Amino acid sequence: MDEHLATFLRGAYEMEQAPIISFKHVSKVYSNGTVGLKDIDFSIPKGQFLVVVGLSGSGKSTLMRTINRMHEVTEGEVYVENEAVSAYKGRSLRTLRRRIGMIFQNFNLINRSSVEKNVLSGRVSYYPTWKSVMGLFSAEDKQKAVASLNRVNMSEKIYARADELSGGQQQRVAIARTLMQDPKIILADEPIASLDPLTTKTVMDILKRLNQEDGLTVIVNLHSVELAREYADRIVGLRAGELVYDEPISAVTEADLNKIYQAI
Amino acid sequence: MTNANLPRRSWVQRWHVKGIGWTALMVLLLIGSSKMTDVNVGMFFSNLDQFADLIVRMSNPAWDYLSVIIQPLIETIQMAILGTTIGTVFAIPFALLAAGNLVHNKFLRGFDRLVLDLVRTLPDLLLAAIFVAIFGIGSTAGVITLAIFSFGMISKLFYEVIETIDMGPLEAMESVGASKITIIWYAVLPQIMNQFVSYFLYTLEINVRASTVLGYLGAGGIGVYLQRSLNEFNYGATAVIILATIVVVLIIDGISNHLRRVLL
Repeated sequence: MDEHLATFLRGAYEMEQAPIISFKHVSKVYSNGTVGLKDIDFSIPKGQFLVVVGLSGSGKSTLMRTINRMHEVTEGEVYVENEAVSAYKGRSLRTLRRRIGMIFQNFNLINRSSVEKNVLSGRVSYYPTWKSVMGLFSAEDKQKAVASLNRVNMSEKIYARADELSGGQQQRVAIARTLMQDPKIILADEPIASLDPLTTKTVMDILKRLNQEDGLTVIVNLHSVELAREYADRIVGLRAGELVYDEPISAVTEADLNKIYQAI
Repeated sequence: MTNANLPRRSWVQRWHVKGIGWTALMVLLLIGSSKMTDVNVGMFFSNLDQFADLIVRMSNPAWDYLSVIIQPLIETIQMAILGTTIGTVFAIPFALLAAGNLVHNKFLRGFDRLVLDLVRTLPDLLLAAIFVAIFGIGSTAGVITLAIFSFGMISKLFYEVIETIDMGPLEAMESVGASKITIIWYAVLPQIMNQFVSYFLYTLEINVRASTVLGYLGAGGIGVYLQRSLNEFNYGATAVIILATIVVVLIIDGISNHLRRVLL
């Protein structure tokens, strides 16, 4: 093969595979001495659907929150798009967070506000504070809110109050809110833990679609091994803050996963 | 009817030693403090006839006095509304700074709470006396007194409400990349607005009652007339003033109860 072409192809391949997030020897010890994370060292390539499994308290949520600096690490460094997140401060930290959408177990919508206001609130980091406070969103962004709601099939509820919706509907609105950020990464912390099996599938399917159609990197914390196997490209397992498992989905076996959930 | 599986209660639990002990201690303290402060319950009963005498004298209300006190009654309500509103406006930022779940800086919060405690320590009668001395007799002194009194009370009620809110929406807004003020506006205020209004109305009720007493010190409103009629032994007029005040307080109570029910 032509040597130049080979170099070019390798370069293109590496760019495709360049990690969007990397953990470099990340540890976290809480002020009371509890170990949250212990020497976590792995990378997540762009566009991956990564599922993190592990028992409650194994450090899944903490790991996820070190990516958008909702939690600080005590040692090591997290890189997002090759930039150390610890370097961000104030406004630049907010623009980092804007690139990273987050979805929660309890949806975390503002219950007393309308669906529309909840969705628009995902856009506030694009506006100066006074405009956000006055609710002066552009016509384009209002259109965008409708479009986001359409993507999760919730546009007919746009004027409903968030607390009038069912759990599954609330989670879909939360995803629409996240889409307003134009994120490159979506972090979902136990997104289906408070949902029934049917709505679970709806929400997971939406996340998978965002991963495949928009090329978003999606990281999901899950308890359910079956769901992990069904949706993930790759599964990592945590136990007591340590990375004890890391395999692409093709190499994952049932026995492996059961081992992660065993007591030490 | 004994169940062999249950653990045996210790004799302290069986004989309710703690409950009986605390009750006995409270009774002893009550008796002790009435002895030490020379409170004579007997005197209350032996002087009941004077009380009855006063009631008899007031049982003949001078209804034509009503036209005189309409204006000062309105002034009393206006004083209360103004004072409560001014106090509330200043209370909101102080309440936000005093809330432990919003402000993590212990010194800032501690200083803020110290200021609030100091303000609350000042009795409203003392404030009224001071401001009458500064601004002269009239409703200005009354409004300022009520404003400071409302400020102390509302800021404490408000920050205690803020500390009970659901932190989920705040976390979501933080992850979106919102600034502090935007987070407060979007995630805090909708959660507490109804309780804020409810406490505002509650304070307004208290202030309407309080301003009748403040008038006694020359701080404007209906209290001035109350004091005058008592000094002149014009018990018929006193009766009218008291009855009219009761009606006003009842009406305001009714309105605010209704609004609170609708809002909560």
